[in-house]
Amino acid sequence: MTDDELIWRIAGGSGDGIDSTSQNFAKALMRSGLNVFTHRHYPSRIRGGHTYVEIRAADHDVQSRGDGYNFLLALGDSFARNPQDEAYYGDEEIKPLSENLDDLREGGIIVYDSGLLDSEDVPELEERAEENDWHVFDIDLRSIAKEHGREVMRNTAGVGVTAALLDIELEPFEDLMEEAMGGDILEQNIEVLHDAYELVQDEYEFEHDLRVPEGSTEEEQVLVSGSNGVAYGALDAGCRFIAGYPMTPWTDVFTIMSQNLPKFNGISEQVEDEIAAAALAVGASHAGVKSMSGSSGGGFALMSEPLGLAEMTETPIVLIEAMRAGPSTGMPTKPEQSDLEHILYTSQGDSNRVVFAPGNPAEAYEQTRMAFKIAYDYQIPAIVIIDQKLSGENRSVPKDFFDRQPDPDPGSVLTEEEIAEAAHDESGKFQRFLHDTEDGVSPRSLPGQKGGRYLATGNEHNLSGHISEDPENRVAQMDRRMQKFQSIRTELDEDHESQQSYHGPEDADYGLVVWGSQQGAVEESVDRLNDQGYSVKSIGVSDLMPYPKKEMTEFLESVDEAIVVEMNATAQFRGLTQKELGRFGDKLSSLLKYNGNPFEPWEIVEGFEAQIDGEGQTPGTNTRIEPAAGD
Amino acid sequence: MSAFNAIGEEREIDRDEYTPGIEPQPTWCPGCGDFGVLKALKQALPEVGRSPEETLLCTGIGCSGKLNSYLDSYGFHTIHGRSLPVARAANLANPGLEVIAAGGDGDGYGIGGNHFIHTARENHDMTYIVFNNEIFGLTKGQTSPTSPKGHKSKTQPSGSAKSPIRPLSLSLTAGSSYVARTAAVNPNQAKEILVEAMEHDGFAHVDFLTQCPTWNKDAKQYVPYIDIQESDDYEHDIHDRGAAANMAQEAEESLADGKVLTGRFYVDDDRPSYTEEKQAIGEMPDEPLAERYFDDDYDWESERSYDLLDRHA
Repeated sequence: MTDDELIWRIAGGSGDGIDSTSQNFAKALMRSGLNVFTHRHYPSRIRGGHTYVEIRAADHDVQSRGDGYNFLLALGDSFARNPQDEAYYGDEEIKPLSENLDDLREGGIIVYDSGLLDSEDVPELEERAEENDWHVFDIDLRSIAKEHGREVMRNTAGVGVTAALLDIELEPFEDLMEEAMGGDILEQNIEVLHDAYELVQDEYEFEHDLRVPEGSTEEEQVLVSGSNGVAYGALDAGCRFIAGYPMTPWTDVFTIMSQNLPKFNGISEQVEDEIAAAALAVGASHAGVKSMSGSSGGGFALMSEPLGLAEMTETPIVLIEAMRAGPSTGMPTKPEQSDLEHILYTSQGDSNRVVFAPGNPAEAYEQTRMAFKIAYDYQIPAIVIIDQKLSGENRSVPKDFFDRQPDPDPGSVLTEEEIAEAAHDESGKFQRFLHDTEDGVSPRSLPGQKGGRYLATGNEHNLSGHISEDPENRVAQMDRRMQKFQSIRTELDEDHESQQSYHGPEDADYGLVVWGSQQGAVEESVDRLNDQGYSVKSIGVSDLMPYPKKEMTEFLESVDEAIVVEMNATAQFRGLTQKELGRFGDKLSSLLKYNGNPFEPWEIVEGFEAQIDGEGQTPGTNTRIEPAAGD
Repeated sequence: MSAFNAIGEEREIDRDEYTPGIEPQPTWCPGCGDFGVLKALKQALPEVGRSPEETLLCTGIGCSGKLNSYLDSYGFHTIHGRSLPVARAANLANPGLEVIAAGGDGDGYGIGGNHFIHTARENHDMTYIVFNNEIFGLTKGQTSPTSPKGHKSKTQPSGSAKSPIRPLSLSLTAGSSYVARTAAVNPNQAKEILVEAMEHDGFAHVDFLTQCPTWNKDAKQYVPYIDIQESDDYEHDIHDRGAAANMAQEAEESLADGKVLTGRFYVDDDRPSYTEEKQAIGEMPDEPLAERYFDDDYDWESERSYDLLDRHA
C-alpha cells in the first residue's frame, strides 16, 4: 500500500450521476499529468441499487484498481426508495455509506450527504472512524445543489467538496463541464461547484494530510476503456461492418462501434438475435467487407453455428466475447473468466479459431488489430476475449499510441486480373479451395468479381466448392485448414513482437501466470512481492489459440514453481496449459477467484505467500488455492 | 478501376450460363418439385439481365439447399435457417449484387422463422424463395411447419396437433413489400413471378409450392392451380393491403381443401427498401462498401475521425 496515490470512490445509486461525475474527475486528474485507472462496480438493475466507481490516480503507472481506497464520496441513492413494498436489496438508503466502509484505508476521508444519509443508521460508524483514523465530513450536498439548481446536482457539490478537501483547483472541472453542457445547466453546476468548495474552505477544519499527488506526465493522455480499445482497434483495422444484439457487457463495444461507424461510412446493424448477428458478419465478409460481431457468454453460445460456418467456408470474421459470470445468465454485471473453454471449443467438428485475450485497454487495441489481420490473411474466425472488468475500466493511455495508419488490406483476396490467371475447373469455376498452398491459405474471390464464381458451403467440399464426400478430398481439405493454424503460430512467433506481457526479473525463482483482464493486478503484486524479498516474475498470456507453446515452455522451465491466477472455479487456463504442453503438472498451482469481483493485488500477494510459504492454507474467503495436480 | 467489373456489365445472357459445365448429378428424387424452381430461376435470371457473376444465391439446409449446386452463380450454402442473415448482409456490403435467398418450409418458416420476420420488416432489397412441400424431405419425412393439422409422420404418429404456419399472411404482416405464391407445376407463372420478384425494389417473398413425391404424396402441391390474376372469379387488387390479407387467408384456408390459389397477393412499389432507408438517415454509404478496399484513391486517413478525448462509453 502506498501513500503517494489517491483512490477516490464515489458511491450511490444508478441515476446519481456516478458515471459522468467519475469520468470527469478522472479526466481532470489525467489532465494534471497523473496516470489514472477507473474501476466500476454496479448491480444488474435499471435504477437504484448500490453502485460505485473508483478512480486511482498516481504519478507512477497504475495497473489495477489497487488495494482498498482512501477517499469516499457517499451520495444518497436517489432511486433507492423502492415504490414497491418489498425491497429485495435491503436498506438501500444508507448503503452508499455503510456498504463502502470495509475497504476504506486507515486515515481515509469520508464525505457523505447529510441531506440524504443519516450516519446514525450506520452502526458503530463513530467507533470505527476513531479506530481507523477516518476523517468524516457530513455535508448537506442536497441543499447546496437545490439552492442553485436541482437536487440531482449534488454530485457536482460532491466534486466541489472533494476539491476543497484535497486542495485541487476548480478550473479543470469547469473546463470539462463546459465541454459537456451549456446554458443554464452549466451555470448552475458551476455555481454549485464553487459554493460547495467555498463552504468547506470557510466552515470546516481539517487535519488530514491526504492530497492529490503531483502529476509529471507531460505527453497528452486519453482515457480509454477495454471496449474503446477493441472498437478503435477494429476501426483502424479497416472494419466497416458490425452486427450485434445487446448484452452486458458486450454492449459497450457494440455501442461505440455503432456511434462511430456512420462517421467512417460504415454500417452497423442491430439484429434479431446473436445467430443472425454472427451470420450477418459472415455474409458481409463473404461479400468483401471487413466485419465483426460479438456478444457475452449466453449470446456467444448462439454464435457457435455461424462460427463453424465461417471456419468451414473460410470466411474471415472477428468476434468479441465480453465475458461475465456464468453459467447461464449468471451475474450479468460481474466479471469472470469462465467462458474460456466455451470460446476455445464451441462449434462442432475439429474446429479451429484464433483467440486473443488482451490484458489492458492498450493491448485490446493492438490485439483487435492483430485479430483482423490474422482473420483476413488466413481466412479464419478470430475471437478477442475481454470481460466485464476490462470492458468498463478506463485507463490513461498516451494519445500518440493511437496514431496509426488504417489498414484497408482485405487479406488474401484476388483482383479480377489475378482471378483470370488462377486455376479454374473444366466448367470454368474458380478453384477457390486449392490445396497446394504453402501456408494452407487458398486466395478467395468476392461475389461480383469476373471469373471468380464458386460455392461457399458449410459442407465438406472440393476445390470449386461443390459438396464432396470423397475421402481423399476430405483429408486434403482438413489438412490444409489445419495447416493454416500452424502457419499462424509460426507467423506470430517469428514475425511479430511477442503478444505475451512479461513483468519482473528474468531470472526469478517463481512465476505468476495470468491471462486477460487480471494482468495489471498480477503485475502490481509481482512488484510488491519482489519488494518484500521474494523473487517473482509474471507472464500475461494473450495468445490462447494457437497456444504460445515456445514462450510458455521457456517461462515455465525457468521457474521453480508457478501459480496461474484466474477468475473461475475450475482452473480453465491451467487445464489448457497442461493440455497444450503435456507437462508441468507438478509445477503449476492455481489461485482462483469467482465471487463476482476481480482480484485485488493484496489477494494475489497473500495467495502467493500461502502457496509458497504457507503449507497450503487458504489465503482468504474470496480466493481459493488449487494445488498442483501432477502430470 | 473497379474490383467488380462484372457488376452492371450489359450483355445478352444465355440461360445456359447458369448451368454448371460439369453438371453434378442432382440428388433430388425423380418428380421432385425442386426441379421446377431451378428451371424457373434459370429462365428468369437472364430476363432480369443478371449474369451468373453478379448473382449471389444463398441457401439453407435441406433438399432446397442443393439448388446452389445446380445453378452456376456465386453461391453460399449456409446452415439450417440462416440463409437470410447471410444474404442481407451481403446485400448491404455490396448492393450491386442480385441477392437471392432460398430455403425450404422447415428452413424458412421453422428454424429460420425469426430471421424471416425481421428481414421482411426491414424490407431488404432481395428475393426470398421458400420451397414449400409441407414436409421435411432430406431427413426423410417428418412433419414440417406447413404440414396440415392432423398430418401423420414418423415423428407425429398420432397426427399433428398443430395448425400450419400461414406463410402468406405472416409475410404480409411482417412487412414484405412483395408477396406471391407459385407452384412447380406451373413453370410459366413461376418464371414470371420470379422475374417480378427480382426486379422488385424491396423484400420479395415467393412461397413456391413444390411437390415431394417421396415423402408427401398427400400434399396438394400436385393439384392444378388457380391463378388469381388470370381467373375471372377474382378481381384482386394487389396494391390493397386489406384485400391482400383477405386473399392470403382464403388461399391458405383453401389449400388444405385442395383448392390451390397462386399469383401475386401483394405488391407495394412505394415503400423504400432498407438500403434506401439506411442511406436516408446517413447510416449507409452511397457507394458499395466492398468496393472501397480496392479503391486506391480512397482516402482512408480522412476517416480517422473518432475523437479519443470524448469517446468513453
